Amino acid sequence: MTSHLARPTRRKLLTMTAGAALATPFLSIRAAAQTTNLSMLAWYGHAEPDIVGEFEEANNVKFTPKYYTGGDNMLGLIAQSPPGTYDVILSDGEYVQQLNAAGYIQELDAADYAFDDFFPEFQKFPGHWGGDKLYSVITRFGFLGVSYNTDEFSEKEASTYNVFADERAKGKLGHFDWHLPNLGQMSLWNGNPSPYDIDEAAWAAVQETTMGLRPQVGGFFDYGGTFSSLKSGQMTLFAGIGDWITGVLEKNGANVRSVIPEEGGLQWTESFSIGKGTKNYEMANKWIQYITSPEGQAKSADMAAYPALIPSQAGWKVLNETNSAEAKRQKMVMGESNVMDMIREGRIQFRQLPVQQDLGTWNDFWSDYKAS
Amino acid sequence: MMKRPSLFSLVLAMPLLLWQLAFFLFPLLFLIAISFWTVKMFQMQPDLSFANWQRILTRGVFWDAYLRTMILATSAAALTSAIAFPASYAISFKLSERAKRWMIFVLIIPFFTSYLVRVYSWQVFLTDAGIINAALGHIGLGPYPMLNNTFGTLVGMVTLCLPLVILLQTFSLNFVNRDLIEAAHNLRCGRLRTVVSVVVPSAKVGLVIAALFAFILSFGDFVSPLYLGGGNPPTLSIMITDITKSGQQWPRAAVVAIMMIATLMTVAFAAIAYAYKERGK
Repeated sequence: MTSHLARPTRRKLLTMTAGAALATPFLSIRAAAQTTNLSMLAWYGHAEPDIVGEFEEANNVKFTPKYYTGGDNMLGLIAQSPPGTYDVILSDGEYVQQLNAAGYIQELDAADYAFDDFFPEFQKFPGHWGGDKLYSVITRFGFLGVSYNTDEFSEKEASTYNVFADERAKGKLGHFDWHLPNLGQMSLWNGNPSPYDIDEAAWAAVQETTMGLRPQVGGFFDYGGTFSSLKSGQMTLFAGIGDWITGVLEKNGANVRSVIPEEGGLQWTESFSIGKGTKNYEMANKWIQYITSPEGQAKSADMAAYPALIPSQAGWKVLNETNSAEAKRQKMVMGESNVMDMIREGRIQFRQLPVQQDLGTWNDFWSDYKAS
Repeated sequence: MMKRPSLFSLVLAMPLLLWQLAFFLFPLLFLIAISFWTVKMFQMQPDLSFANWQRILTRGVFWDAYLRTMILATSAAALTSAIAFPASYAISFKLSERAKRWMIFVLIIPFFTSYLVRVYSWQVFLTDAGIINAALGHIGLGPYPMLNNTFGTLVGMVTLCLPLVILLQTFSLNFVNRDLIEAAHNLRCGRLRTVVSVVVPSAKVGLVIAALFAFILSFGDFVSPLYLGGGNPPTLSIMITDITKSGQQWPRAAVVAIMMIATLMTVAFAAIAYAYKERGK
């Protein structure tokens, strides 16, 4: 039997097509209503499946990431976008105050987050609060020190910034191309206890120390170039980075590592804020709760793009239970010498914007240094 | 007397005109305008300030980078032209028509792959422990530093330009009148002198335009100076990214970009004038 549907008339075909076309928007609207789109402004890796996949599935959310490199780049992207463009904003600690001063982020309710799980040092993190008002929640941090090729240098040799001037490092010293971490390290090398809060004489000395290293420098690298030059062994020493780069390489079998030198190291932090004007406050808030929960923290510590330390003690516990090798590698094990001891011993200083000089002054010197 | 262009030819030329207006002239005017703007709290604000021009043009770092970029681009253009010419000559004069077509196809193949990928793959060859130094090591030489220096940058620039320059030179040599070459030989002109005195002057326009393309591509290249030169020391294109990265100083970066465009236009006009200049005039 030949059905009229199997061989439709021209009129029937047109009617069916028109019906399907008219129904499509309703299907799309229904589908769109089910999924929340959450835009995220972040360093690369934070909205990749290994981090957001579980949350997306559980909450029917789809993250739309916009990745940046460096805090200035992030501020520029927000400044050039209409309010509400980004629902969640990941920022380096030193830029939170600028985000707040420019009115780009919303006040948060501290009661929404598990601060009691955090180490005391991170419960009221400087710059994230304006008085009693919370604007950003710390989610990860890491240290910057001397990164070295373990075939060329021993840990003892790399445990001082003096190694940058070693004869073997001639043409083999790489810089991560950002003035803040590099010049902060030079300032520590000069013995400044607060590396970013230095007077003009100390600033002149930092410039002199940095310029003295110029013959050692093999190149100035971006994120990708840093990875490839360390992996290929073309650069055997690196300034301005830490385990967030070498950790990824080390886990993939490269003979590179980072160490905090005796002159001290720098600390970077990352925290989440909610963009002013967002239409998805509830979901953005839910995301921050998730990523600062013990499970979210353990996941964040082992992020595929770059590993990091986590501020949650409860997160440490979960990490030790689920991935003890990574907890041990990053020295996040309770009851033995761990990264919190370094902070408590005063060996780590926050990376921050220069206090007594203009940011442009530091940047201009960095340009001169590169071109010299 | 020149004929006035017909309406038909004007209509045909319209898409090109509109394209140039939309994607060259208007952006250029915008670039010039923002070079006078200011940045406050990472936001550009319309202004009429000469501070950006003064700041960039009075800094030695800019002029060092400018000179370095000029030298690199000129060297890349000269080197590429010199390497390309024997190949172009062989393709045009020595190969059969069939082989010539195959060679042209082979020269187009590099354009199928991203330039960035080609540059990254050069790193495997040029590192201290790379393929070239490993090969040299077998005969007791090296290792020689080939990456993160001027040599590395030039390798990348030649990689970028060589296929295009060979193609342009080949097309230009194809149009050289073979009778002139035969006449030169009949007059007992040697092979080398025939090339220098007959072939090169006859193909001058194409050869100069090919070198000009190599200069333009190298002058604005960002990838090779960064990934093979290690950004050490920086060129103008790297300087632009540095300026925008810190403090979002797009107006200052616009000044550098305008200086680059002005340089390229000057060089292009000079090269074209030279290419079409008739002998003795």
